[in-house]
Amino acid sequence: MTEYIVLSAILFTIGCVGVLTRRNAIVVFMCIELMLNACNLALVTFAKQHGNLDGQIAAFFVMVVAAAEVVIGLAIIMTIFRTRRSASVDDASLLKY
Amino acid sequence: MTLDAILLASSEAASEIPVVHPVAAEGVFTWLWLIIALPLAGAAVLLLGGAVAKGALDKVGHWIGTASAAGSFVLSLILFIALLGRGEEERQIGQHLFTWFQVGGLDVGMDLLYDPLSALFLLLITGVGSLIHVYSIGYMEHDDRRRRFFGYLNLFVAAMLVLVLGANYLVVFLGWEGVGLASYLLIGFWQHKHSAAAAAKKAFVINRVGDIGLSLAIALMFTTFGTTDFAAISEQASGASQATLNALGLLLLLGACGKSAQVPLQAWLLDAMEGPTPVSALIHAATMVTAGVYLVVRSNFIYELTPVAQTVVVIVATVTLLWGAILGCAKDDIKKALAGSTMSQIGYMMLAAGLGVAGYPFAIFHLLTHGFFKANMFLGAGSVMHGMNDDVDMRHYGGLRNYMPVTFLTFAMGYLAIIGFPGFSGFFSKDKIIETALAENWIIGLCALLGAGITGFYMTRLMLMTFFGDTSRWDKDAHPHESPHVMTVPLIVLAALSVLGGVLLLGDFVVEFLAPVTGVAEHHEPPLPAIVITLMVVAVVAIGVAAAWFLVGKREIPRVAPTEVSFATRAARADLYGDAINEGVVVAPGRALVSGLTSFDRVGVDGVVEGGSLGVGAVSGALRRVQNGFVRSYALSLLGGALLVVLALLAVNLA
Repeated sequence: MTEYIVLSAILFTIGCVGVLTRRNAIVVFMCIELMLNACNLALVTFAKQHGNLDGQIAAFFVMVVAAAEVVIGLAIIMTIFRTRRSASVDDASLLKY
Repeated sequence: MTLDAILLASSEAASEIPVVHPVAAEGVFTWLWLIIALPLAGAAVLLLGGAVAKGALDKVGHWIGTASAAGSFVLSLILFIALLGRGEEERQIGQHLFTWFQVGGLDVGMDLLYDPLSALFLLLITGVGSLIHVYSIGYMEHDDRRRRFFGYLNLFVAAMLVLVLGANYLVVFLGWEGVGLASYLLIGFWQHKHSAAAAAKKAFVINRVGDIGLSLAIALMFTTFGTTDFAAISEQASGASQATLNALGLLLLLGACGKSAQVPLQAWLLDAMEGPTPVSALIHAATMVTAGVYLVVRSNFIYELTPVAQTVVVIVATVTLLWGAILGCAKDDIKKALAGSTMSQIGYMMLAAGLGVAGYPFAIFHLLTHGFFKANMFLGAGSVMHGMNDDVDMRHYGGLRNYMPVTFLTFAMGYLAIIGFPGFSGFFSKDKIIETALAENWIIGLCALLGAGITGFYMTRLMLMTFFGDTSRWDKDAHPHESPHVMTVPLIVLAALSVLGGVLLLGDFVVEFLAPVTGVAEHHEPPLPAIVITLMVVAVVAIGVAAAWFLVGKREIPRVAPTEVSFATRAARADLYGDAINEGVVVAPGRALVSGLTSFDRVGVDGVVEGGSLGVGAVSGALRRVQNGFVRSYALSLLGGALLVVLALLAVNLA
């Protein structure tokens, strides 16, 4: 079991570092997905360990939410790219103090 | 005197105090309310009717005002005669008009009480009031606000009648404030003059100080007795604690001091002379300023139980009677000299009122005679001013006896009455007070005697400067002339009353008439035979008159007051520094306190509030920089927060 959890932690950390360091919105997005899937892996692992379905159900919820989020997120990125010709998250910094 | 003797004396007095127990009004006495309603209606018509029929009211307004006052007088006279026809135990008549307000256990009715004391006051207020209304028709003839003046006068008469007819302290307080308002409006009637407006404000403010005393006394009555009815309090008063009674007596005295211009609340009266002269005669000589004496006499069921408060009344009165007399000696303004004299005479009344059962009837007696002769002299002074282009400086008068014979003769009657010339009204009333004071305490008695001498001095000085001597001190454009009949007839009537007022004492009428209210005094043997005291009074007055003759009459009177004068004269000219004392004791510390409080408010309170908001603003200004628009920095803080939560959870779980 520990291997799954370690893998999950490694995947989550990669995703986390990616979100913090990468500027390209698409890559950031992919890193978020990576973190979500790391979570799913951990959930499923724990579900297996506890011998019930709670974690698996939560994982399905996460997938559904992630799918919905991808639809909206990609649409936003597309729109921004069309108006600004840039997919850098640092360029989209108008909403501030 | 030992303590036992004092206690004995007070317990004896307690058994003598008559309890107020009015019988229900019937027959002619049911008209009682009409006495107040008439002038009140007059005031309402004159003050509010201007919007409807200004032109017509301006023409007849003064007649409406005079008629309503005269109507009240006729009613008062009818009731007085009806009262005389009743047995002594039936001479207190109560009339319940309506329930004023009712809150919890507090039930205050608009109740009137007609008894010998209020009967005499009604006659004085409406009688002298009517005469002064008539006089004002002439005096105010050229004033285009004459209608308003008469409206205010009627308002005053109505309020004063409420004051003396109220059967509980709250109704009295209603009248008390009403006369204060009317006094304010009338002192400042010529409000375009800065001095008049300031004097009105001064009178109002100083009176408020006294009113605090009266209102606190009323509140204390509520908590102690649960009522403010004279009848209930006079029954229950002996059951209250001595401390409560002392406090009640002193608080009522504070109220009386404000209204009656007694030291230390005396400073407003001389300035109040800025008002039109009929106002000075009616409000600031004959009626309103005597309300304090009325209050003390009316509250006899309290004062008889508190020797402490009675002693304070006597001290205040003695100081005032000398204070006023000294002011009267130095003033060149004829009205202010008379105002000082008024203060002094009210001091005599207060003195008598403070002396207890033996003094009450003489306080009221002197109040009545003073009402006659002082109103007479004020109106006389008004007549003189009328003839001298409204100049009030006696140094610009002289020799007027030949030009204004009626004014001179009537004024002389008032003069002889006030100095106590044998046979005139003031002689009887003042003599009785001095006699009672001497019987009670010889120091107080001697002060009163000295006051009589000073009275003789300043009144003679006033007479000499105004009516005698030559005409060289006149203003160039002065053309003195006798006033019209509408002004001289009231003078003649008042002069007759000044002369004949003493008949009230015939057969001890006043004393016996007032007995149902003031009780019967046990006979005190004066230290000297009465005739010796009378001779002493006359001798002292004669010395005062002679002094005035030698110091004023025989010398040249400078047209401008000399400035190289003794300290005593300077002090008296400056009202014995009354204003300076107020300034130093009350106003300056008050200002210091207020400026201290405002600067504390500015620095302390505002500092905390504004400093707090400034601090929050500064912190938020720094914090808002965090909202920098970079998504990745948000993500970093998100991560930091999540780490913190995880660490906290770990710390809790591991601990």
